[in-house]
Amino acid sequence: MSSQWIAVIGSSAICYAIKYAGSAIPESWLSNPRVQRINALIPIVLLTALVAVNTLSTKTKLVIDHRAAGVAVAIAALIAKAPFPVVVVGAALTSAVLYHFNY
Amino acid sequence: MAVKRDSFSVAFTVGAYGSAFGAAAIANHFSILQACLLSLLLFSGASQFAVIGVLGAGGSAVSAIATASLLGVRNGLYALRLAPILKLRGWRKLVGAQITIDESTGVALAQRDSEDMRKGFWYTGIGVFIFWNLFTVLGAVGAKAIGNPSAWGLDAAVPAAFLGLLWPRLASKQTWAIAGAAIVLALSLVPFVAAGIPIITCALLALIVGWSDRQVVRK
Repeated sequence: MSSQWIAVIGSSAICYAIKYAGSAIPESWLSNPRVQRINALIPIVLLTALVAVNTLSTKTKLVIDHRAAGVAVAIAALIAKAPFPVVVVGAALTSAVLYHFNY
Repeated sequence: MAVKRDSFSVAFTVGAYGSAFGAAAIANHFSILQACLLSLLLFSGASQFAVIGVLGAGGSAVSAIATASLLGVRNGLYALRLAPILKLRGWRKLVGAQITIDESTGVALAQRDSEDMRKGFWYTGIGVFIFWNLFTVLGAVGAKAIGNPSAWGLDAAVPAAFLGLLWPRLASKQTWAIAGAAIVLALSLVPFVAAGIPIITCALLALIVGWSDRQVVRK
């Protein structure tokens, strides 16, 4: 089985179990403020790391290429409060144009 | 009826992002079937992007699953918060679990009485599920048809989509600081460890800061 299939099945099973478990366990178990704080921070650090790694690396090498320009445009669009499709399409267009000029 | 209208507009707008996911999955060497199964079975945007993002960066299935699961923990906490409102039993509990996500929780908790909360949860959850899956197919089939993902900028669309999910969470100086720390930690690990490990390692930052600091996030 390819790693794609393992990831698809494994992550789906675990994430469903987490959703279901939340509705089945007593609320007092997770009302600890430390748990709440850690839970609020996890998406921030993981999404940030995903942005950084998917923009500035290829396998185990750090690189600056057409993707970095695309993400820079996405940041500018977000600062300008542009809607999500503008952010994504703006990044894709910028990156595609630079890719065609071999950056 | 306001709750129906709110649910529909959230469902359609968020569902349309599914096309970005479908296209990104193809760009990261997933098949159309795998992209669609992720939207049907995993059904949580950030976790889905994490699966394709980690494997697309060359990471292992284990680090993809671990990253997606950590991102999915918040859905469990939403379920915990919603349980006394929804009071689900039997098959409704099984279905309700699957649509316990950011949007259904957000719309439900924005309502005034528990009747509207229940409606908001179901309308939004089912609505996002339908549109998200529909647009995933469109995005995946479209991306498959156009060929080389770099030529169409899809390799930049993936981090841009992550950024769109992240941006609303960067609400304070402290969250910006921890995001900055995550960038430095992840990139400094890239040359030294297997792909995928730098991302999951950043969860340590959330553990350390969340354990010790009272000021970071108020929620």
